[in-house]
Amino acid sequence: MRRLPLNLLIGGVLITVLAAMALIGMVWTPYDPLAMNFAATLSPPSASHWLGTDEFGRDQLSRLMTGAGTSVRTSALTVLLAVSAGTLFGVVSGFMRGWPDRIIMTLNDVLLAFPGLLFALGLLAVLGATEGGIILSLGLIYMSSVVRVVRGTVLGLRAREFVEASAVMGNSRLYTMWRHVLPNCIAPLTVLATSICGWAMLAESSLSFLGLGVAPPSPTWGNMLSGSRAFLDQAVWLVIFPGLSISASLLGINLLGDALRDMLDPRMRIRA
Amino acid sequence: MLRFALARLAMAIPTLLLVAVTVFVLIRLIPGDPAAMMLGDASDAQGLAALRERLGLDRSIPEQFLIWASLLLQGDLGKSIVSGQDVLPTILDRFSVSVQIVIPAVLLATLVAVPMGMFAAWKQNSLRDISLVSCATLMLSIPAFWMGMLLLLLFGLKLRWLPVVGYVNFSEDPKAAFVYLILPVATLFLHEVGVILRMARASTLEVLNLEYITHARAKGLPESAVMWRHAFRNAFGPTWTLLGLILGNLLAGVAIIETVFTIPGLGRLLVDAIFARDYPVIQGCLLFIASIYILVNLVVDLLYPIFDPRIAAQ
Repeated sequence: MRRLPLNLLIGGVLITVLAAMALIGMVWTPYDPLAMNFAATLSPPSASHWLGTDEFGRDQLSRLMTGAGTSVRTSALTVLLAVSAGTLFGVVSGFMRGWPDRIIMTLNDVLLAFPGLLFALGLLAVLGATEGGIILSLGLIYMSSVVRVVRGTVLGLRAREFVEASAVMGNSRLYTMWRHVLPNCIAPLTVLATSICGWAMLAESSLSFLGLGVAPPSPTWGNMLSGSRAFLDQAVWLVIFPGLSISASLLGINLLGDALRDMLDPRMRIRA
Repeated sequence: MLRFALARLAMAIPTLLLVAVTVFVLIRLIPGDPAAMMLGDASDAQGLAALRERLGLDRSIPEQFLIWASLLLQGDLGKSIVSGQDVLPTILDRFSVSVQIVIPAVLLATLVAVPMGMFAAWKQNSLRDISLVSCATLMLSIPAFWMGMLLLLLFGLKLRWLPVVGYVNFSEDPKAAFVYLILPVATLFLHEVGVILRMARASTLEVLNLEYITHARAKGLPESAVMWRHAFRNAFGPTWTLLGLILGNLLAGVAIIETVFTIPGLGRLLVDAIFARDYPVIQGCLLFIASIYILVNLVVDLLYPIFDPRIAAQ
């Protein structure tokens, strides 16, 4: 309990900084993130370029701000896809049982049979490495855990009196699902959505780093880091700042996730 | 015990089949002639006709799957479009490289993180617990590729203690091979320590709240006996299961570390194949990694009763 406010505080601050960076980056950046300036290549942080420039003289702060937008957008859309589709399938599966349940769970088992990113890599090989392809493949693999959690919660709720009472009162199954079952899934879903947000952000930057993400010259934190490898011994700032951005964002999400879990799921409070 | 093992084994077989069907469908989703795709060269009319015949592309889809699956069971995964070499030997070769990084890193991380996690749980909410958990959370928030680059920068370029990048085979020069593996293994180790420590702490805390622990303390057992004899065996289960998942995930995820340190491992093989649209290799890697994942988790589950005999008795 004592750690709770600190988690929330640090996590909240880090996420606010990330969101601000992404939002401001959408409307304004100090320089054009794509504009090359061969008079100032690989220049260290200075008054004119706060975080230095890369091998083409592009301003790193501007590129980080644009990259923050990409990171936030892809993770948010991935979470949206995973949670909405996963909740739909999970509720249908858990509430209807029978053949819909069997079909959904078999398909879900297919997704779970592949380790982590492997299925996403396979899909990207088919779909092509675009932002849409990344969101679709990551959304699909994270959907499988949403389906499982929602289905489990719904199965527990089905036998509860208030759900039975709703049926006895003559409410339709659809109304009962919407009014009585779904609201009770929100707490576990919030905790899971926070985790998925972190996984998606890490996955997006990892894929970018591998060259399977949003293609250069569009800046992402992953492809900036990947590009900096050639200048490891000349331009430390190109290694430090993109990595710091990713790590600080992930730390923020992880801390926030811990705090949320402590608040929303008292049974799991003792978990770290 | 035997019934438990057989039941678990029977569960693994449909999963393997599901994986095979999925990969088959995934590859067939790619527009175009599967034979031309597998050959990488549509102009070779003779080779194309031969492969179409071999894959049975003029027959129905279920028949095509059976032909494909029987080739698979014979270990025939086709030839790489890029190198022309057989896919399976290439994969096995690269797999042996990745294993040298993944196994030592996960083993070391477990040996360090489990006692630390148990210690943190034992001292719950003390300053030492909070600092351990905070360090773990920090470690797992740092992506492996950045951690790898930072270690490279510090130990390779600034201090010049270790070679920067590369790989040497153990059979050629064991000492050099070991030196080259230090940084990649350390990178993975630092990341996994965070994950495992948090899990070990959480599951130990759950066990420490149970009555039999209170009873063990009440009868005057020293704390070390309470922790190791009573808490450890029941608390290690979830961590043991997590280890199976980590090992499987790393086989695909290790591509990142192999990229940072330019190591010719399995992950890099898959990523390069995706770039080159080398579909036989992509298909082979997907099948191989998913099968290893299922196998590792099977072994983990079969060994579980050693720690917790209740599982087999149920």
